[in-house]
Amino acid sequence: MIPVPIIETQDVSKIYGMGEIQVIALDRVSIRIQAGEFVAVMGPSGSGKSTLMNILGCLDRPSEGHYILDGVDVSEMDRVHLAGIRNTHIGFVFQSYNLLSRTSALKNVMAPLIYKRKNKLSHEQQSGLAEQALVKVGLADRLHHMPQELSGGQSQRVAIARALVNDPVLILADEPTGNLDSKSGEEIMELLHDLHQQGRTIVMVTHDPEIAAHTQRTIHLLDGHIDQVIENGFKQKAVAAEELGHEPV
Amino acid sequence: MNLSEFLRLARDSILSNKLRTLLTMLGVIIGVASVIVMISISAGTEATIEDQITGLGSNLVYVNASFGRGGFGPGGGDSGGLVYDDAAAIAEQVANVAAVVVEQGSSETVKAANVALDGVTVQGSTAGFPSVRDITIAQGRFFTDKDVERKAKVAVLGATLATELFGEGDPIGEVVTVGTTKLTVIGTFEPRGTVSGVDFDAQLYTPVTVVFQKFIPNQFARIIGDRVRMLIVEVEDPSLMTHTIEQITLFLAKRHGVSLDSLDFSVTTQQDIIQTQESTTAAFRNLLAWVAGVSLIVGGIGIMNIMLVSVTERTREIGIRQSIGATPNDIRFQFLTEAILLSLFGGLIGVVAGIAAAWIFGTASGMRTVVVGSSIFFSFLSAAAVGIFFGYYPANKAAQLDPIEALRHE
Repeated sequence: MIPVPIIETQDVSKIYGMGEIQVIALDRVSIRIQAGEFVAVMGPSGSGKSTLMNILGCLDRPSEGHYILDGVDVSEMDRVHLAGIRNTHIGFVFQSYNLLSRTSALKNVMAPLIYKRKNKLSHEQQSGLAEQALVKVGLADRLHHMPQELSGGQSQRVAIARALVNDPVLILADEPTGNLDSKSGEEIMELLHDLHQQGRTIVMVTHDPEIAAHTQRTIHLLDGHIDQVIENGFKQKAVAAEELGHEPV
Repeated sequence: MNLSEFLRLARDSILSNKLRTLLTMLGVIIGVASVIVMISISAGTEATIEDQITGLGSNLVYVNASFGRGGFGPGGGDSGGLVYDDAAAIAEQVANVAAVVVEQGSSETVKAANVALDGVTVQGSTAGFPSVRDITIAQGRFFTDKDVERKAKVAVLGATLATELFGEGDPIGEVVTVGTTKLTVIGTFEPRGTVSGVDFDAQLYTPVTVVFQKFIPNQFARIIGDRVRMLIVEVEDPSLMTHTIEQITLFLAKRHGVSLDSLDFSVTTQQDIIQTQESTTAAFRNLLAWVAGVSLIVGGIGIMNIMLVSVTERTREIGIRQSIGATPNDIRFQFLTEAILLSLFGGLIGVVAGIAAAWIFGTASGMRTVVVGSSIFFSFLSAAAVGIFFGYYPANKAAQLDPIEALRHE
């Protein structure tokens, strides 16, 4: 049985500027990531990391090529459908947490549930689900705290709870420890590893080679294409099936 | 998202930033309140005028002296063509006439024991005056036909004039000097107020024959008769009013020797006066309503301004919401719901503030204010419309933000 990859990009390119001056941010990138994988993306600034993450996160569409997420080609979808995919399939964890200000931790975590269109939950069910997610990340006693009353590590936990609440197939973490001190950073990484152990698929952008080394695989980007892929030998149940479809340049 | 979720979201947002909420609503509050206050003032004025006029009864015809185009018939000249004898002639020869009262005034200095007042209107009239002018004697009596005939040197005082001249004392039997003529006070009136610009309470009333003799002597009086400003004709059967007006007009035109298209007098009724007043106050009310309406629109622009600023200020929030699955429509309706709720709340506060302000203004200024139900309804409704209209553009702007740009916004 050939496992279906969660993420499959086929020669994805992103080109900015349609006039004479064109900037190629991504150049025919092909990646396959299997369910349950923990993958790090590294590269200097301008290498196309952000562009790749935006496309993987359905915030942007590729100029060329196809992006198949969980068996569905999303590269041609319009804004409304992409919003739906982001809501149900993807959980974002940002460097700067991106919590809604003046909104309690609980309401922040509930937010993705109110934008869900299929299988709508009642207000009470939403609240219950959000509370469970916050308990899972260890914030049972911070439900009604405002973001400004939370430490960086706690804020990032709220963000992770929000990313999990809709049970997405993919978690995209963009420098999740970048704004944290080393102790909180380690705690967040532990949390992400726990999620990975529970079978979550995680793609994480990082600058820190040490953090990257703790993932199963590190994809190095340079000038818009894949420069190098390093297997970190981090043993996992899903490792056997993974493979990288990667065009030589 | 469903309606209750939008409402919950809007409520949270409105409550989480109270200053922004207040600033957004302020324009609508002021707009709605000013509509209600202004309309209550004009409605109060209208009601006061109507009360004064309707007391006069509907069986009266007013004949006023005016410049005829021919100008110089008998009695013609700068004050028009009515003479004292016209009154008796109409009473005798026109059918359906119960009584005729004349009015002719002069401005004189009036002196009592210690007080002298300049420019008091001395109103000469006949015995029927209190009944046609709907004014009641407070003390003493009014002068009679006999007093008029005998040119009796008597005076009846308006309510405020009596107080000004004699204070709290009893004026009956006292002597007042009008110009150089001494008149004996035989009565005072109850307050009547101002009707069509005439303050009945500030006047002194005396037989019209005294006015002719002492205050406006006319060297031609023996030839053409004494001129009067106004005749008030009381009609016996009000249902024949139109016919009676025609008869009076024809009779006087013939008597004065003028043609119908160059009359030196004009004939009006109570209804005409009410209609004139009504059209004047209606114009006044419309003007106020427009001014207030403009302030509502300005309030709407205020909403739009703050909403636009708020969209910029909340760009990151919009980006976050988009990243977790909000569609452009979700964002649009979120902002539109906020705008509409803010306008409705603002409208509600404005209604309360308007009613309170109308009451305070009425109490403080002594002017009558009447809060009109329809003004509450319409100003509230237009507040909601203003919210939708001026909230749409900012909401649409928010909906069209690019999620990546919005997330990057600091």
